[in-house]
Formats: sequence, C-alpha cells, structure tokens
Amino acid sequence: MNAQPLTARRLGLVSCHGCRLLIDAQQARIRLRCPRCGARLHLRKPNSLSRTWALVMAALICIIPANFLPMMITISLGTKQSDTILSGVIYFMQTGSWGVATIIFIASIFIPFAKLLILIFLLLSVRFRSVWRPRDRTVLYRLTEFVGRWSMVDIYVITILVALVRLGAVAAIKAGPAAVYFAAVVVITMFAAESFDPRLIWDVVEEDA
Amino acid sequence: MTPHSTNRNQQPQTRSHDLAEAADAAVPESSRQAEPILIACPNCDILNNLSPQEHATLLCFRCGAVLHRDKPNSIERSLALTLTALILFVLSNSFPFLAMKSRGMVQETILLSGIRELWQAGLQGLALLVLLTCVLVPLAQMLGLLYILAPLYAGRPPARHAVRVFRLVREVAPWGMMEVFLIGILVALVKLSHSSTIIPGVSVFSFGVLIFAMAAAYSSLDPPLLWDRLDPRR
Repeated sequence: MNAQPLTARRLGLVSCHGCRLLIDAQQARIRLRCPRCGARLHLRKPNSLSRTWALVMAALICIIPANFLPMMITISLGTKQSDTILSGVIYFMQTGSWGVATIIFIASIFIPFAKLLILIFLLLSVRFRSVWRPRDRTVLYRLTEFVGRWSMVDIYVITILVALVRLGAVAAIKAGPAAVYFAAVVVITMFAAESFDPRLIWDVVEEDA
Repeated sequence: MTPHSTNRNQQPQTRSHDLAEAADAAVPESSRQAEPILIACPNCDILNNLSPQEHATLLCFRCGAVLHRDKPNSIERSLALTLTALILFVLSNSFPFLAMKSRGMVQETILLSGIRELWQAGLQGLALLVLLTCVLVPLAQMLGLLYILAPLYAGRPPARHAVRVFRLVREVAPWGMMEVFLIGILVALVKLSHSSTIIPGVSVFSFGVLIFAMAAAYSSLDPPLLWDRLDPRR
C-alpha cells in the first residue's frame, strides 16, 4: 500500500453515530453532542471490545439452559410432555412439516450459535490485530447485525400457543424455563452486535499497514 | 494512485483522493453546500465522495456498506405509507388473528389478549418483550414518523424536538419485530393444525399487509435529506 487510506479519523474528523455529520475532532471534544441531531459524539463506539465481550459471555452462559431445559410444556388429557428447542424441531420433522422444521432450526439453533461464533471471531481478530480480509469480516458483521432479530420466532410461537391453547385440564400449553433464557440470548446478542464497532477491524489494518 | 480503484461502484470523476482537497471539502460547515459531499462509512470510517447529481446507490468502495440510496419523493411516499401502516396497525390489533375450534369450544385471540395471558401465566418478562417488540416499538415508530413528516409535507417548519424524535425512531428500529411475529403466527398455525381446527382471523391478513407497508415506509425514508431539513442550525 503506497497511500494511506483516507479515513475520517485520519483527517481529524468524527462521524456522528446518529446522523453521520462530520465534525472536527477538536470541536467534538468540547461539544460532546452533535450540533445537528444531538447524539453523543464518539470517534468509535465507547468501550466497544469490553462491552461486546461481556455481552457475548452472558449470552454464552444463557444459551446452555436455553437448549437443555424444556421450552414448552404441553398438557393434553392429563399427559404432560416437555419439549426442548431441538425436540420441537424433531417433532416438526416427524409430522412432516419440513418447512417449519427448517425455519425453527435456522432461527432458534443455527442463528444464535453462528452469531456468537462470528462475534467471538471478530473480537479475537481485532484483539490479535489480524489484517486478514477486513472487507469479508465487515460483511460478516453486517450479517450478524441483520439476522439476529429472526431468532425471536420461537418466542412468538410460544406466546401464541400459550395464549391460544388454554382449555383447562383438556389441553394447555405452558412456556418452559428455557423460554426466558432463550429470549435473553436473543436480546443480549442483539445488544452485543450493536456494541461492536466494525471500524476497529479497519483501524488495526491501517495501523499495521 | 490508490489500491482501491478496482471497485465498479466508484465513479471515476468523484474519486479525488487527494488529501488536501478532501480535507478542504471536509470542513463541516462547507460540506453541506459544497458540490461533492463527504460521507464517512459507518462500518469502516473511510471517506467516500458523493456527488448530488449521481442518481444511484452508493456503496462504500472499501467495505461495501450502503452509504446512499436515491429516494424520489421521499417525504410524500413515506408519509403516505406510514398513514397506511397506522390504519392497518389499528385493524390488526382490534380483530382476532387466530381462532381455535376444539371439542365444540371456540377460542379467539387478539394480540393484546395473548400478551395478557402470558403475563398472567407468570411470564411477565416475556410478556413485556412481546409487547415492546410487536406493539409499542412499531407504534412509536409510526407516530414518530408522522410527527416528523407531516409538518415537512405541509411546508411548515419542523415540529419541536423533531430531531430527537427522528433519532429515537432510528435507534429503536431493530427492536420492531412485527415481521418475525408474522412468521411466528404461521408456525403456530402449522403446529396446531395437527390437533385442532384453526381459523386465521382478519388480523393475520391485515398484519401481512402492515408489514409490507411498514417496511416500505421505512425504506422510502431518506435520512440525509431529513437530517438536513430538520437541522436546528438552519
């Protein structure tokens, strides 16, 4: 690389997180808030790495009970049946609803794990100052940011079933303890993705170039 | 001159990667009126040149993030779509979305009563999460957009605190999950259809349209234009 890339930081400019107005870094130090939209000004998201690590750890802890405890308890004519996330997917496969089984598998198992692995990978790559394929890593980040919300599907399914199936002793569906942990995983990983600043990937690449 | 010149999205005439020139254009006050506008990529911080006459989508030449999309009649379109969404939202929340027929009993559920069931079943946290993501956040977004767009459409000065409202609308956006909820309804439908008769209600259909109206309203917004129009310094 002969020419250093022209970043806002290199020109002494801060890009507002709210409205992307470019503000002189000297001014930003005095004003603290964006003159146009009023958002707090930061050169980078504050404490991005430690915040993201903390949230990823919390999600890793919650994802264990979310997968092993029952997600849904079905009471039908006196018999009680507990389903975890995985056994729910298997139930749909056995009854022939392959489409639904795929949706639940992707939304409830694949996305949360993939998201956590990607975030850990990104955190480690910044920590060890990797210069490997920064563009692809940024694309990975955008993917985790975009895809996280779809994990909520299972929570909504349970909400609807609990609300709909309440015929007393004849048939009822209850939410199991895993539902709370699973909801926590989804919410925490969304915050984690939001607190990671992908510009750190590029900062490292530029500093080591 | 620079190693980034292979990108097809980059217009040659806008690529003035001369430090002095870019620094000159980057002076905050002049950047609003100057011909090429500088945008720092939110994903990689590189400065991209955006010339106003360029009618297309601008992707960051270094990391590929979407930096700008041309949106004709942005204010009129998003206002119309927001109003549509608001009407559909009221419909969706006043009619049952599913009715279940089982052994002679019929049970109907509207969204809010479902959330109440969840609350009474001891799952207050989940009830709040669903209330927030499927009712409060979308409602706040629609009302917020209406509040911002209506005065601009009428040619009046921006409403009070419009800047703060717009910032809020954008910050809560990831937490509005009505489209995910619709998938949830469909999955629940499949699940229950094995054991009992399920009748989808009016609400399912209005919900389905609402999601498209909402997405269209949001994607026809032109944030740079709005920030400029709402700018309190003007």
